[in-house]
Amino acid sequence: MKHDGRFGRYGGCYVPEILVPALEQLEAAFLEAEQDPRFAAELQELLTTYAGRPTPLTRCRNLAASTPARIYLKREDLLHGGAHKTNQVLAQGLLAKRMGKRRLIAETGAGQHGVATALAGALFGLETEIYMGADDVERQQLNVFRMELMGARVIPVTGGGRTLKDAVNEALRDWTASFPDTHYLLGTAAGPHPFPTMVRQFQRVIGREAREQVLEVEGRLPEAVVACVGGGSNAIGMFSDFVPDEGVALIGVEAAGKGLDGHEHGATILRGSHGILHGTETLVLQDSDGQVADSWSISAGLDYPAVGPEHAHLKETGRATYVGVEDGDALAAFQALAQTEGIIPAFESAHALAHALELAERADEEMVIVVNLSGRGDKDMAQAVKLLKGAEA
Amino acid sequence: MSRYEEMFLRLKQRNEGAFGAFLMLGDPDVATSAMLLDALVEGGADMVEVGIPFSDPVADGPVIQAAAERALAAGVRVDDCFGLIAQFRAKHPAVPVGILTYANLLAARGRERFMSDAAAAGADSILVADVPSLEAQPYAAAARAAELDYVMIAAPNTPEPVIRRIAELSSGYTYCVARAGVTGTRDRLALDHDRLFALLREAEAPPPVLGFGISLAEQVAEALESGAAGVIAGSALVRLGADADALRELVSAMKGATALPGSVRESHGHLA
Ligand SMILES: Cc1ncc(COP(=O)(O)O)c(C=O)c1O
Repeated sequence: MKHDGRFGRYGGCYVPEILVPALEQLEAAFLEAEQDPRFAAELQELLTTYAGRPTPLTRCRNLAASTPARIYLKREDLLHGGAHKTNQVLAQGLLAKRMGKRRLIAETGAGQHGVATALAGALFGLETEIYMGADDVERQQLNVFRMELMGARVIPVTGGGRTLKDAVNEALRDWTASFPDTHYLLGTAAGPHPFPTMVRQFQRVIGREAREQVLEVEGRLPEAVVACVGGGSNAIGMFSDFVPDEGVALIGVEAAGKGLDGHEHGATILRGSHGILHGTETLVLQDSDGQVADSWSISAGLDYPAVGPEHAHLKETGRATYVGVEDGDALAAFQALAQTEGIIPAFESAHALAHALELAERADEEMVIVVNLSGRGDKDMAQAVKLLKGAEA
Repeated sequence: MSRYEEMFLRLKQRNEGAFGAFLMLGDPDVATSAMLLDALVEGGADMVEVGIPFSDPVADGPVIQAAAERALAAGVRVDDCFGLIAQFRAKHPAVPVGILTYANLLAARGRERFMSDAAAAGADSILVADVPSLEAQPYAAAARAAELDYVMIAAPNTPEPVIRRIAELSSGYTYCVARAGVTGTRDRLALDHDRLFALLREAEAPPPVLGFGISLAEQVAEALESGAAGVIAGSALVRLGADADALRELVSAMKGATALPGSVRESHGHLA
């Protein structure tokens, strides 16, 4: 390895020795691609003509209109595929082609990253297999069908808790034997080096655009930048270009689920402890022995018991702060954005929005807030019907 | 001399390879697990490898995953596992015991404390499945400080510089994997180990013991012929469940196949 993949004391590369050559090859390919103008040009062309970049920065016209704050939304929901995930699956797909791989594997929780990987598999002509917890396969039939429609095969994982973390385990096991011809397209800025660095680099286009856009309309930088944190990819992509701007508060929003005092949440940074999971040293929800706990959130994308190591580090250095938003408040923000702006956000993104609303309400002077609207809410319709119509009945 | 060194010396005098038997501690519960560990020794195992169950065992195939799940479902804690090792140590003072587990359990307890608790229980070595040579230095140092042998994994695809690092950092034995992939049984071993064993010898790494996929007595003989100092069977034993008789029998058959050409066992016709 050229780099140790450390972010302070977090990060690193904790995988069985047999898998190290795969990560070394990936690091080499990534470093080489970063220097290659042809790779940049190819990716740029895909991002503009296929995925629809740049995405707009939308000022909320009605939401929080009674407060002194102005809320801007970075519209990753308008990206092809419906979420920020497309940015990095296109980039990793190109890398897989460069490395001469013929097959992609990926993990997915509710199916968002699986759908994104399936899209890349179809586009690049790569055989695609998606590991998905057996319980999630049951719950997310529509996304399973989407993946299959794009030519991917969905493999239900029956071991462990049958959810996202078990799907990651199974993808890693597959890769241990298959890496000569297979690329593991990991879905977030977590996992062993070089994934956290690589995924950040492929997602930082979000913050780069948003920074230029807000400077353009406001003539100044925002007071706060807010993004939800599952594994951490949309947040790190949004934060990275703002990190040197010390006056800009970087706020990551975790799923506080049914409350931070209980066990039903996904607030790894707020409630986790030091550990090593899925190849990286980071914060983990676990018991005192180190057995990893099940997380909980209404949004599947935030339902992960670890977090990307760079967030653990940003928290430790104090450059970013992290807060929790409960299921109910996220749902209220989800409805508010739909009713006032005609935009239906993903449940994940609604967590970030809920915190931005709280900041706006607390503001007593002018304040500019940029929220990463990481995805659109279409995928959450079935659950929204259950939660909202159910509540009315 | 360490228990591994004593064992290899003893076996050399008898002209035999080492047979290592793996079980998951606490599978299916603490009491049964203790009885099954005894059965390994009764069947003739030279060294015993024990897993400490972890919720997310990425290096393990379905059989050993299921064993860890059973142990955790039975409420087995890390302290129970150290208790089982201590009990085993008291009954079988000469049999080396190696721990196989995952880094997060060490992170939770504190790496140094985990190592010293393991040593105090009577373990001889530790292998952390998700700590590759890249990250091994502080683990090897903590093991050494606790007087535990630090065991590392080498595979046919392991590059030469890594082999030298393994030689530098590890002791006890070298866990050689029969092929890429996770633990589990295989019908056929891919025995492409000439290069690996030669590199390990050249680097003066600890003796190579071959694991991952050994399930038949013939494979034991084959592995030893290819130059391994011993073999470890895991999934093949774990899948027998709580049947101590079957376990004793399979261990005995596999141990029977560790005789090297010209050994007493072989001339007595122990090999089937
Ligand atoms: C729309 C959306 N936002 C956010 C996330 C959370 O992931 P990350 O923290 O990697 O951005 C997901 C994950 O599925 C998602 O679909």
